[in-house]
Amino acid sequence: MPHPNPADRQPEASDPVARRAVMALCGQARPEELHRALAQLGAAEGAEDLRPPETGLVMTRGRIGGDGRPFNLGEATVTRAAVRLPGGATGFAYHLGRDRAKARLAATLDALWQVPERRAAVEAALAPVASRRAEERTAQARRIAATRVNFFTMARGED
Amino acid sequence: MYVAVKGGEAAIANAHRLLAETRRGDTSVPELSVAQIREQMALLVDRVMTEGSLHDPDLAALALKQARGDLIEAVFLVRAYRTTLPRFGASEPVETGAMSLRRRISATYKDLPGGQVLGPTFDYTHRLIDFALAAEGEAPVAAEAEPLADAAHAPRVTDLLGRDGLIEPSAPDDGTPPGDLTREPLDFPADRALRLQALARGDEGFVLALGYSTQRGYGRTHPFVGEIRVGTVAVEFVPEELGFSVPLGEIDLTECQMVNQFHGSAEVPPQFTRGYGLAFGQSERKAMAMALVDRALRAEELGEPVGAPAQDQEFVLAHCDALQATGFVEHLKLPHYVDFQAELELVRRLRAEHAARHAAPKAGTEAEMQEAAE
Repeated sequence: MPHPNPADRQPEASDPVARRAVMALCGQARPEELHRALAQLGAAEGAEDLRPPETGLVMTRGRIGGDGRPFNLGEATVTRAAVRLPGGATGFAYHLGRDRAKARLAATLDALWQVPERRAAVEAALAPVASRRAEERTAQARRIAATRVNFFTMARGED
Repeated sequence: MYVAVKGGEAAIANAHRLLAETRRGDTSVPELSVAQIREQMALLVDRVMTEGSLHDPDLAALALKQARGDLIEAVFLVRAYRTTLPRFGASEPVETGAMSLRRRISATYKDLPGGQVLGPTFDYTHRLIDFALAAEGEAPVAAEAEPLADAAHAPRVTDLLGRDGLIEPSAPDDGTPPGDLTREPLDFPADRALRLQALARGDEGFVLALGYSTQRGYGRTHPFVGEIRVGTVAVEFVPEELGFSVPLGEIDLTECQMVNQFHGSAEVPPQFTRGYGLAFGQSERKAMAMALVDRALRAEELGEPVGAPAQDQEFVLAHCDALQATGFVEHLKLPHYVDFQAELELVRRLRAEHAARHAAPKAGTEAEMQEAAE
């Protein structure tokens, strides 16, 4: 495993907000969706492991009162992967859960996204994930909205 | 004291084989899949994750299958599994105010920005057994409605109260990392962050009973449910090698904000105080009980008389962990032959002495005088 050294940190040439959005999409994707996206991009071959996929723990923190000092709620399983493309671009993935294969696919997509001329294609290949998620969220919001309640206070006799 | 024993290997191996066969039950009945447990025993899975202190629905479901549905055994399996994994670090604190809500209720305000949504709840059901569930069939389809414009913005009720200074503010984040009882054994007195960690993984039944005891008068706190919210939050983590926070994914959480009476002091004007509960999944009872006990454990800090069990942090925190409790209780069934032999010898001797005294009262009196002289 390469020892992380801040000096080796990747230059922030990429927009971290956009990169985070792609990482988030990969995290929400089903493994078969990532397979499909990579197959569509036709460029998964030759990616080598910078770090073999590995499952570990991240301590999930909350805040006292929701907005105060942090406290440790409990751990979550997290799987990470890091790959390098033949062209030198590196990609990372950190996902909840224990799916090593999926983390590696996501790391490969992250690496491809690092290549400026491939960025748009990667985002397009992941667009179906975004639209599926949006549909699911809308449907969920509609079901939840149907349970929105209005309580009425009954006047007490003696008041 | 437990003294190790040897032997019994064949019987133990066979007992485990028998366990495996028994776990499967009647083979003419289809086997449960882990996914079925995860999806259809979801609240049990949530409880295993919460008390196992490990978020992983598939793992919790598998543990339940292996444990034949024994909750604490499943917690044991999950806790044992986590010890095999490296720790990558700690997440950024989750932002429950930005939770994508599936349920949100308040017992203090009927009209709230963002509204009250019941979500999937047992509340207001009649608790009549539904025999239709025993017959296989399609699940009913949920109703739908157009979300109102304010549905996406639902501030915490405590934030609303806080604007007018009617409730104490949360202790601000001063940047010190919270203590972690999985790294350092609990030391008393434990600060609130450690207490919440212990309560979060504590046994729901124990924490529930303690919370109940405060309602019945053993350390009364006059609680109101300011808010319960259930939904998903994003979990973020800053990997060293990246230097920016990475979205790990989303988890389901239940948060309970208890609002409690406080009469104020010389320094502090009267204001409401808070008790806080947070749990993985949809774990409302746990989050509520946790919030009650969290508030009870603040008695000393708030200058209230301390005396009830729920206010005694050593009593609460040292006994709330189901795994520790079951470990010590259940070890009693392991062979204690040597220990018991010693007790047996002692009882036999005492009985012999007792019999001797009663058989010969005069001699007994003499013996007693002799003993007293010694």
